[in-house]
Amino acid sequence: MDDLSAEPPSSQTEKSAASSSPEEFVDLTNNLESAESKVEAEISSPEPSDDFFDILGSETQKVEVEASVKADSGEVSIGVTDLPGGKTGSEQGTSSAAPIINLNADFSDNNQQPSRVENKTNDPLAQVLSDTPAADPKKPSSAVLDLFEDDGSDIFTGTPQTKPASQPQKGLFGEPDEDLFGEPLGAMSKKTTENEVKSSTTKAAGPASSTGGAQQDRKSTEPADIFTEEAVTTVPRTSNTSTVNSKANGVHSEEDLFTEATVELSLDSPRSGRKKEETSKPSASSSSSSLSAPAKQAKQPPAALEELEDEEEAEKEDQFDVFISVKDPEKVGESLLPGYFFFFFNSQTSLPMFRNKLMTVRRRFSDFLGLYEKLSEKHGPNGLIVPPPPEKSILGMTKVKVGKEDSSSADFLERRRGALERYLQRVVNHPMLLQDPDVREFLEKEELPRAVSTQALSGAGFLKMINKATDAVNKMTIKMNESDAWFEEKLQEVESADQHFRKLHALVESLVVHRKELSLNTANFAKSAAMLGSAEDNTALSRALSQLAEVEDKIEQLHQDQAANDTFSFAELIADYIRLLGAVRGSFDHRIKAWQRWQDGQAMLQKKRETEAKLLWANKPDKLQQAKDEIVEWEAKVTQFERDFERVSATVRKEVIRFEKQRTNNFRRQITKYLESLLQSQQQLIKYWEAFLPEAKAIA
Amino acid sequence: MMEEVKGASSFLSVQVHNIKVTEVLQDGDSLTFIIVSQKMSGTGEFHVDRTYEDFEWLQQHLFSQEDVPGIQGVIFPPLPARLQVNASSKTLRHLGFLGLGEWQPYCKALETFLRQVAAHSILSKNRAVEIFLTSSDPPGRQKVKKNIFNRLSQAVEEMRKEGHKDVDDFFQTKRDHNFLLTGYTKMAAEKFLDVVLTEQKIAVACGHFSTALHLCMEQGENPEKQDFSQVCVKLSEVFNSIKKSMTSTAMNDMNTLGLGLDLETRYQEAEKEMLFRRTCKLVELQNATKNAEKAKPVKKAVMEEAKKATETEFRQICEVAKKEIIQLESKHVETLQQALVQWCEKQLLTAKESAEVYSQHLQTFKRMQ
Repeated sequence: MDDLSAEPPSSQTEKSAASSSPEEFVDLTNNLESAESKVEAEISSPEPSDDFFDILGSETQKVEVEASVKADSGEVSIGVTDLPGGKTGSEQGTSSAAPIINLNADFSDNNQQPSRVENKTNDPLAQVLSDTPAADPKKPSSAVLDLFEDDGSDIFTGTPQTKPASQPQKGLFGEPDEDLFGEPLGAMSKKTTENEVKSSTTKAAGPASSTGGAQQDRKSTEPADIFTEEAVTTVPRTSNTSTVNSKANGVHSEEDLFTEATVELSLDSPRSGRKKEETSKPSASSSSSSLSAPAKQAKQPPAALEELEDEEEAEKEDQFDVFISVKDPEKVGESLLPGYFFFFFNSQTSLPMFRNKLMTVRRRFSDFLGLYEKLSEKHGPNGLIVPPPPEKSILGMTKVKVGKEDSSSADFLERRRGALERYLQRVVNHPMLLQDPDVREFLEKEELPRAVSTQALSGAGFLKMINKATDAVNKMTIKMNESDAWFEEKLQEVESADQHFRKLHALVESLVVHRKELSLNTANFAKSAAMLGSAEDNTALSRALSQLAEVEDKIEQLHQDQAANDTFSFAELIADYIRLLGAVRGSFDHRIKAWQRWQDGQAMLQKKRETEAKLLWANKPDKLQQAKDEIVEWEAKVTQFERDFERVSATVRKEVIRFEKQRTNNFRRQITKYLESLLQSQQQLIKYWEAFLPEAKAIA
Repeated sequence: MMEEVKGASSFLSVQVHNIKVTEVLQDGDSLTFIIVSQKMSGTGEFHVDRTYEDFEWLQQHLFSQEDVPGIQGVIFPPLPARLQVNASSKTLRHLGFLGLGEWQPYCKALETFLRQVAAHSILSKNRAVEIFLTSSDPPGRQKVKKNIFNRLSQAVEEMRKEGHKDVDDFFQTKRDHNFLLTGYTKMAAEKFLDVVLTEQKIAVACGHFSTALHLCMEQGENPEKQDFSQVCVKLSEVFNSIKKSMTSTAMNDMNTLGLGLDLETRYQEAEKEMLFRRTCKLVELQNATKNAEKAKPVKKAVMEEAKKATETEFRQICEVAKKEIIQLESKHVETLQQALVQWCEKQLLTAKESAEVYSQHLQTFKRMQ
C-alpha cells in the first residue's frame, strides 16, 4: 500500500474542506439552512441538528487547533486554519484525519450512538493512521496517532472493528485516487460556497460529479433519475456510490426521516468545513466514498438493523463491479487418457484496481477449488461466509473425460460451467473477498501455480468436510452456553433451511426428470404421428397428421428447454444454496471456535493465577516474577481472544444478514428470469397451436 | 331368442345424439352405468341402469343375428374392455386412455358405443337395442353367452387365414391398409398416452414443489425473512399455476385426441375382425367351390347347393362390408378431424390462460424488485 500516494488526495480534499472552513463557516451554515429548508421541514426536529452543528463546530475548531499545534511544522498549522495551497501531503492528511476522529467520537458521545457506528466511521481513519506512521515517520503523525488513541480507543474496544472491514478501505484508498482528483480538488479548494463546490465537483472527474449529483438528488429528494443519467455518463464504479445514495433516498419509505437527516449532515459538513467525511468522500475516490456513505449514514441514530441494511445496500451495489462469465470448457489431453478441462472465463470490470477492463484467463477446475481453499483458510476464521465452489464429481468428470459425447456429459459440463460462474461471481460480489490478492491473482494472472491440495476437497471429501464442520458445531453448541439468542436462533434457522432446501432440490430434480421424459415422449409421439400420417389415405388428414408431427417436434424442443430452465433456474440455484448454507454453518463454527479459544485462554489465565497464588504462598520470589509475567501475557491474550470472538461474532452476524438479503434478491431475480422464459415458451406454444388449427380444420 | 327381435320397429324411440352415460355407481366390485336418453317425442327422458355385462350381452346379441343377411360384413361398434374396480396399474395400462381419470373417459367410450349402435342402419333395427336403452329391466341378463369365445377362436384361426390371397382387389387393398393403420394407430395412441401420463406426473411434481415451498417460509418480524417468505409464497403460487396448466393440458389431451385415438384403434380392430370374417367366408366359399368341382356325380348336387348358399352369403357379406368400409372411412376422418380441432382449440385456450396467469406472476415479481 503506497501511503504517500494515497494521502495527497485526501489531504487535498481536506484542504478544500478546510477552505470552506472556520471563517466562512457560519455564513455557509446559514446558506445551507435556507437551501435545505425543504429538507429540514420534513425532519421532525430540526433543532437537534442545529445543536449538533454547534457541537461539531466548536469541537472541530478545538481539534484543529490541537492538530495545528501538534503538527509541529508551521505550514501545516497554517494549512488547517488558513488553508493555503501546497501542503506536504501526508502531514496534512494526518492532521486533518485526526479531527475526523474527534468529531466522530464526540459526535457519537453526544448522540449516544451504538458503538458499531463508530467502528465503521473509524475504520478508514484508523487505516489512515496506521498507514501514516509507516510511510511518514515524522513527529506530527505520531502525535495524531496519540490523539486518536486517546479519544477513540474506548469506543473502539467497545466493539472491536472487524479486520476485513478495514481491508477494503486500504485497497480503495491505495491506488485509484490520485488521477481522478489531483487537479479538480485543487480547483475546488478555492471555492467556498455550496454551489460553487458543487459545480466544481461536476467539472471534476467522473466520480466527483456523480457524488455531487447524488447530493443534489438527495436535496430534491427525488429518485435517482437525474442521477442515473449522470451515472451512465460517468464511470460505472461511481454509479455504485450514487446508487447507494439514491437508494437510501427514496426506496424505503420508512427510512425517510433517516435519509433526510443524512442529507442535512452531508450538506452541512462541507460547509462547516471540518466534517471530513463529505469532503474526504470525493477525495478518496468513489469507491471509498461508497464505503463512507454508509458510514456517514450510520452516524444517524436509527436502529442497528437499519444501519446494517444500509451497509448491505452498499455491498449489494458493489456486486456488479465485476461480471464473470465462464466460457465453454475446452478439453485438454487425449480422449482416452484422463485429460482435463480448461474453463475460460471473462471478467469485465471497471474497478481501477484491475489492470484491464476485460480479462480473459483460463483455469482448471482444481484452480477454482484451490482458490476456495485459500480464501476459506484466510477468511473463514474471521467469520466470513466464503462462497463454496461446486463439488468435484469423480463420476461425472470421468464420464466426460472418457470422451462420451452423450447428452448427459454435455449436461454435466454445462451445469459445472454455470456453477463455477456463479461461484466466482459470488466471490467477487463479496466486497471483502474482492480485495483479496488471491482473488485478484485468480482473475488476472495468466498462469496460476498448480493447486496442490485440492484432492482433499474432492467429491465426498468435500462433503465430509462440511459435515464434519456441522458435527463440530453441534457438539460445541452443547458445550457452549450461548449468550446470544440471535445466534442460537439463526443456527436453527439455517439447519431447517438446509433441510427444506434439500427437499426442494430433490423435488426439482424429479420435476426435471419428468420434463425430460415428457420431451422424449413427445418426440416419440411426433414420430408415430408422422407414420400414421404417411399411412393415411385421406390426403387432408394425412397432411394434417404430418403437420401435427412437426408441431409436436417443436413442442418437444420447448419441453426440453423447459427442463433446462428448471434445472438451471431452480435445481442449480437450490444446490448453490445448500452449499452456501454449509458455508454459513461453517462461519458459525468458526465463531464457536473463537469462543472456545477465549474460554481456554480464560481457563489458562485462571491456572496461572492459581500458580501465582501458590508461589506467593510458598514464598518463591524467583519464580513469582515469571508467573506474573505469564499472567500479564495471558491477560493480554485473553483480551485478544475476547476481542477476536466479538469481532468474529460481529462479522458472522453481518455476513448472515448479508447472506439472507442476497438470498432473497437472488431468488427473486432468478424467479423473474424463470417466469420470463416460461411466458415466452407459453407464447411460443400458442403460436404453434394457432398455426396448426387451420390445418386441422381443413380436413374434410 | 330371435323371435322377439323379429318384426321389431326399425325406429328407436330415443334421440340417438342425446344418449348419455351420465354416472357410474360403484357397489362393491361391480359398476353400474346410468344411461340417460331423450325420447323421440322430445319430452321426457329414459333413465336406465346397466352393468358391463349388459353391454357385453348386447354386443354379443348383435353379433349373433343369424337371420340378417350379410351381418358378418358389419363392422360392429367396438365395446371398450371391461373396467375393473381397483384394477392394477397393468390392467389400467391395458385400458389405455379409458383407464385415466375418474371413469369419465370410460363413460364417454360407452356412450360412443351406444350412439354408434343406435345410429347403425342395420344394428339399430334390433329390438334388443331399444329394450337396452329404454326398458328398466335389462334384457337377457340371465342368458347364456354362447358366442363369448368367438373372438378367441378367431385369434387361433387368424394365423392361418390372415395371409390368404383375396380375390377382390378392393378388399385386398383394404386389408393391407387396415393392417398398417391398425398398428400405427395403436402405437400413436400408446405414445400419446405416455405423453399424457408424463404430463400428469409433472403436474404432481409441481404440486409437491409448491407445497414444499410453503415449508420454506420463515417466521418472524424481520423484514428480511418476510421478504424471503413472500418470495417463497409467490413462487409456490407460480408452481401451482404451472400445475394447473399441466393438469388441464393433460385433461385436454385425454378428452380430445386421446379418446379419438382410442376410438380409432378400436374401430380399426373391429374392421380387421370384419375383414377377417369375410376372409373366412371366402376361404369357405373357395373350399366349397373346389369340393363341388371334385365331387362325385352323386354328391355333386348337394355340393353345388352348398356352394351356392355360401356364395350368396359371401356376396351379401361383401356388399354390406363395402358399404361399411366406406362409411367407416368417412367416419374415421371425421372422428380424427373433430378430435384434432377440439384438441387444438382446447390447448390454445389453456395455453392462453396460462400465459395470462404467468404474465401476472411475472408482473408481481417485477413489482417486488
